[in-house]
Amino acid sequence: MSIQEFLIPLLAAAVIAGTPILYAALGELITERAGIINLGVEGIMLVGAVAGFMVAVTTGNPWFGVLASMLAGGAVALIHAFLTITLRANQVVSGLALTIFGTGFSGYLGKAYIGIPVEKPFTAMPLGPLADIPFIGPIFFQHDALVYISYLLVLLIWYYMYHTRPGLNLRALGENPAAMDALGLNVFYLRYIYVVAGGALGGIGGAYLSLAYAPSWLENMTAGRGWIAVALVIFALWNPWRALMGAYLFGGIDALGFRLQVLGIQMSPFFLKMLPYLFTVLILVFVVARQKGRLSEPGALGLPYDREER
Amino acid sequence: MNRLTFKLEKRLAPSPVMVFIIPLISVLLALLLGGIFLVLTGEEPLTIYLLMFEDSLGSKYGLTETMVKAIPLMLTSLGVSLAFKMKLWNIGAEGQFYMGAMAATWLPLTYPSLPVYFMLPGMIMLGMIAGGLWALLTAIPRAIWKVNEIITTLMLNYVAILWVDFLVYGPWRDPDGSNFPITASFSEAARLPGLGDSRIHTGLFFALALAVILAVVFKYSRWGYSINVIGSSERAARYAGMSIKRNILLVMFLSGAISGLAGMAEVSGIIGKLQHGISPGYGYTAIIIAWLSKLNPVAILIVSVLFGALQVGGYAVQVEGVPAAVATMLQGSILFFVLGGEILTNYRVKLFGQKGEELSK
Repeated sequence: MSIQEFLIPLLAAAVIAGTPILYAALGELITERAGIINLGVEGIMLVGAVAGFMVAVTTGNPWFGVLASMLAGGAVALIHAFLTITLRANQVVSGLALTIFGTGFSGYLGKAYIGIPVEKPFTAMPLGPLADIPFIGPIFFQHDALVYISYLLVLLIWYYMYHTRPGLNLRALGENPAAMDALGLNVFYLRYIYVVAGGALGGIGGAYLSLAYAPSWLENMTAGRGWIAVALVIFALWNPWRALMGAYLFGGIDALGFRLQVLGIQMSPFFLKMLPYLFTVLILVFVVARQKGRLSEPGALGLPYDREER
Repeated sequence: MNRLTFKLEKRLAPSPVMVFIIPLISVLLALLLGGIFLVLTGEEPLTIYLLMFEDSLGSKYGLTETMVKAIPLMLTSLGVSLAFKMKLWNIGAEGQFYMGAMAATWLPLTYPSLPVYFMLPGMIMLGMIAGGLWALLTAIPRAIWKVNEIITTLMLNYVAILWVDFLVYGPWRDPDGSNFPITASFSEAARLPGLGDSRIHTGLFFALALAVILAVVFKYSRWGYSINVIGSSERAARYAGMSIKRNILLVMFLSGAISGLAGMAEVSGIIGKLQHGISPGYGYTAIIIAWLSKLNPVAILIVSVLFGALQVGGYAVQVEGVPAAVATMLQGSILFFVLGGEILTNYRVKLFGQKGEELSK
């Protein structure tokens, strides 16, 4: 087997396995840029996955499923927004509550859908001439529509954040909300928007799992990907392009597991499954240690905004 | 135009009345919300709640099972509460529980004929050390570089569960176990004795003793005081000359050790062997219990019994075709309401009418 025969399918699989994490990480990225930590990503993804699956099965149209997953993810994130922005609850605990609630809620709703197939899952549709580019084509342009949308989304979020006025405000929102308030922007309202939008993206991340990656519903099918997405945002230093690279890196680790055996490397499947989690810990330690603990995280991240305490 | 506005005024000290009332109201509201949800999905909430109650608290058997579930919840909750005191978010109790169970299992599997006075203390030591070291793995990068412990402790949960799976599906699998993912059964010397002939085991005393110790340490000891100071203001603690790094390592180790002890008690007191899926998520429920109890050790004991009942009730309704996930959902909702209600503990809500006059007085 040539190196190409091994590498191209591996990298293509890395993109697919990285896509749900990428959606969720982008959602968390804009949430954190607005100054709110949402540790409920895992729960949001699960609710998105089950809502998307249920609607796709019922309507027979996976796009309605994606829409439903966005609404569901956004709705769950709204709880977090209300608790942390309006009621100034502890963001860490509220996020954990969201994850626990989402796990139970999705498990409850999805019980009747276990083992049911999706009529029309998302399937690969090569992107015309782009798909024929040697090396690049098979890795990036022979996937399903949601993968292509994720490319556009990264571009869009990057452009929005660094080249538009509201994007500049978003970055300032997490750095210095008091200054934004003084400029006449409604800090509370904007934070609500970004938390809910972030939840909607997390929902798509979940739906990608249940409608494209492994079209089916299984309890806890996210298997920690929501948490990996949270770690990824730190790894990405809150930058969408780095989030994309990071997501594919994690996707690659995930995909590598299955392919090690092809290379003749014998390893217990339990150890293969451990790889993404261990890798997350190691890379997080590595990135943070290299920054010597001074991460470029948004300055006001995790702090409730209180006009009276300015 | 009737425009009411409200303003929040920070209380100087948390309201003691609210601290007590809010968790109670939260549980009721969560049950109400869950009830509405059950109706929407075509179930009868009253029947389900009644069944959950009867099967968990309404009979001798139910009460026993509730206590059996409450013991690991008490221990893991005490474990995480210790770390939470210092605002160390140890979300890894689940993994520490598994590692404790695993290490404790090693002894009877390797030396099955040890006498009980070596066996049980040995298992307790091993369980605590393994749980503690597992937590320490995340405490070291947290202490040195401030690596977010929430993510690292959580990731290690998955690793620990997979590690136990590897053992029970592989090298530790009982050759006579007809291919189930279980180890050989422990010898009698490796079993924590039960209370009378019930399934409630002496691990309960570990929890009671620990709760007392923690309560005393936090109330009277200098070290307990310094943990509280570090938790409320790291800067103040540093000026006072307290060693933050050393305490991060120590507290995380102890926190993990307590969850490790919970794992040991579970395999030794209840199961009598190591197997796949020894915890239905005790380590996660512990987070809710600790927060609901405001990190108060005695409150943790009581709330753990309530959550043990919720767990048992969840299994009970499963028999009737209602997913057991309903219990997890209720747990999450309770925490939502507690968190939302905390604003009343820490702030005074003042209502203003349309002309700006204050209505609440």
